Amino acid sequence: MPNRQRRAALAITMGAILALAGALAAGPVLAQGAPRTDLARTDLVVGMRLEPPHLDPTAGAAAAIDEVTYANLFEPLTRIDAEGKVVPGLAEKWEVSADGLTYTFHLRKGAKFHDGTDADSADVKFSLDRARGADSVNAQKGYFAAIAGVEAPDAGTVVVTLSRPDGLFLFHMASGDAAIVAPESAGANKQTPVGTGPFKFERWVAGDRVVLVRNPDYDGPKPALERVTFRFISDPAAQVAALKAGDIDSFPQFDTYEALPQFRDDGGFTVMVGTTEGETILGTNNARKPFDDLRVRRAMAHAIDRKTLIDGVLFGNGAAIGSHFPPHRAGYVDLTGLYPYDPDKAKALLAEAGLPDGFATTLRLPPPIYARRSGELIAAMLAEVGIRVTVEPMEWAPWLEKVFKGKDYDLTLIAHTEPLDIDIYGRPDYYFNYQSERFNAVGAELDRTQDNAKRNALYGEQQRILAEDAVNGFLFMLPSATVQKSAVQGMWVNRPIQANDVTGVRWK
Amino acid sequence: MLAFLVRRLLTLALTAWLATLVVFAVLEAIPGDPALVMLGTSAQPEAVAALRAQMGLDRPWPFRYAGWVGGMLHGDFGTSLTYARPVAGLVADRLAITLPLAGLALVLSAGIAIPLGLFAAGRQGRAGDWAVMAFGQMGIAVPSFWFAILLILLFSVRLGWFSAGGFPGWEAGAGPALKALLLPAVALALPEAAILARITRTAALDTLREEYVRTAVAKGLPRRVVLRRHVLPNALIPVATILGLQFSFLVAGAVVVENVFTLPGLGRLLYQAIGQHDLIVVQSVVVLLAVTVVAVNALVDIACAAIDPRPRVTA
Repeated sequence: MPNRQRRAALAITMGAILALAGALAAGPVLAQGAPRTDLARTDLVVGMRLEPPHLDPTAGAAAAIDEVTYANLFEPLTRIDAEGKVVPGLAEKWEVSADGLTYTFHLRKGAKFHDGTDADSADVKFSLDRARGADSVNAQKGYFAAIAGVEAPDAGTVVVTLSRPDGLFLFHMASGDAAIVAPESAGANKQTPVGTGPFKFERWVAGDRVVLVRNPDYDGPKPALERVTFRFISDPAAQVAALKAGDIDSFPQFDTYEALPQFRDDGGFTVMVGTTEGETILGTNNARKPFDDLRVRRAMAHAIDRKTLIDGVLFGNGAAIGSHFPPHRAGYVDLTGLYPYDPDKAKALLAEAGLPDGFATTLRLPPPIYARRSGELIAAMLAEVGIRVTVEPMEWAPWLEKVFKGKDYDLTLIAHTEPLDIDIYGRPDYYFNYQSERFNAVGAELDRTQDNAKRNALYGEQQRILAEDAVNGFLFMLPSATVQKSAVQGMWVNRPIQANDVTGVRWK
Repeated sequence: MLAFLVRRLLTLALTAWLATLVVFAVLEAIPGDPALVMLGTSAQPEAVAALRAQMGLDRPWPFRYAGWVGGMLHGDFGTSLTYARPVAGLVADRLAITLPLAGLALVLSAGIAIPLGLFAAGRQGRAGDWAVMAFGQMGIAVPSFWFAILLILLFSVRLGWFSAGGFPGWEAGAGPALKALLLPAVALALPEAAILARITRTAALDTLREEYVRTAVAKGLPRRVVLRRHVLPNALIPVATILGLQFSFLVAGAVVVENVFTLPGLGRLLYQAIGQHDLIVVQSVVVLLAVTVVAVNALVDIACAAIDPRPRVTA
């Protein structure tokens, strides 16, 4: 091609690109800001980041399973409501014996599985025995560890006896892992779930969506929605586009925080920012040098500027924490002032620990965006006090294998999203390599205690122990942002558990 | 001919077997326990052990390898660890999206490129030719994922004519399904069309220089008729060859475009399976793709040998 022609071709190319860009920037605004306004819609499309691997909450830890099925499709004996309280589920009421060892549950009369069979005490006994059995693959088998026996004196009553008091028993029985399933259908629940909830399974387009429809035979209050579609979109740009194009009605757990302002400015959308149970920590290998030295861990706590971290990673949405406990829960103690941001103090502590020139270490980061961004900022903050951090991004499976299971790491960064999981610090073989008899003694007392005020005081004590020991770098709570069309009402603002309970959702 | 066929089939089998070995070895070397991935950070060690046993991960690797290859010989590709479904069914579901997508893109790119290429050849050096060449330049320079994002911004976000992605499933009807595939197919087709248009133009120009075409022109046939009757059929030979080659590129490009449009095709399945450490899916899909490529090559060789006997005599 002659040169003259080549230049002309290039000029036309550039012109075409500019014209296209112009059309996009100045084009007519047809869809934007004008979502469909049909009154009393009875369908809802909910956006989710990850697709559940299957739909059986009793056989997997993936949060996405509960996000589709919890309270919608499956019901445990008790359940968690939007405020995080334990409320009736399949059991409409229950009694606890004075010694805290016997729980008597009274089931809802007329409760039925989606295949038409009765949901009675035999199903409850089957579900609990299955979860605690020797070959159980329940991800939270520990929730059932205290159960000594389950009896079904009549169709509507279940008596559970414990071998030791368990202060969190009702709370754990409200998790998706404790969902009540039927012996006839339990084996197929992964693909064709059969529960007792107000919605039943319709279909699953693998890789794209799961559709639930209203269960006409539900014995409780009927939901306003007739059909709920959960759509799985993992790419942040695609999430924004799907919302703007009107494909998605509500996107809970929306973690593209930098996109929130544009939705706040758009009258067609509502942005809600609530709380989660996700304590984000700078995981520290307490058994490794130099982190086995309390002064080093405290130095790091002083070197981290949480305000900057929250602004930089979460665009200001999220609360700082000083220990492993969420601020919105009863029993929370504010310990964020214990280690104020103070690089000079950090340097002094390092010098005291015999490391005046700092040291070199590695920070292994799992894939979530909050981890990658926080990790980069923290590496820079630690560098200020002489701690030279090599950042190592990892995929999820190797992270679990090496860091979590193999405990082969110096520092890592992860949010722990299980509710009330402060007990992980008492596990003998957990990846922090933390050991404290003081902490474990308080934990044992917690298990013996039913009284809420006393329990909260004990939780406070545990938080103080962790903060004083500076076990991990306690950073912030992951926020729960929901972006949705303004006419959607009743989605949970907070995430006391990982669930998208749509039973109370309606269109304005 | 028979000896050639046998030799070719033996090579095919050997290549396929080597592919299974390499894929298995590579995945063995990558750290990560699928059972742990499924159960997460709060799982108790005994639950992880129970799941490992249930999935057969506790058996030594030679048994797992033999079980996997033996199963494939019987058409059993194993069960996905994450989806708990047979891999064959998963792959079939996904191919039902990726193949129509690639096919649609192929038709679109040929439908755009061949007329454009002929048009440009007919106006060599004039404005029309420049415009086509510019289109070609742009298409080659701009990656398909960028086109994909532009298409979503324009047709989904601005105009609201299409969904920004996703797939309703074929059971929702051919109309909605094809509508969901159209934008991704355009995003895939445009860069391919750009290349193809340039090739068509070159091929057409070469043919235009042939004596029989000059004769046709000299006879006084209108330019349009010359292009259609004499130039197109001959120019189509290189174009068709490239078109065949492009099909494999289209399947590869589909991985990128499927991710932008969140289309649940084979590319996305592979991408997600790697992330979830669903080894059996990754293994089977990679081997399936490798065997397909090798088999297509073998078929082409055999077909060529059937037409032109020289290779099988000398080889």
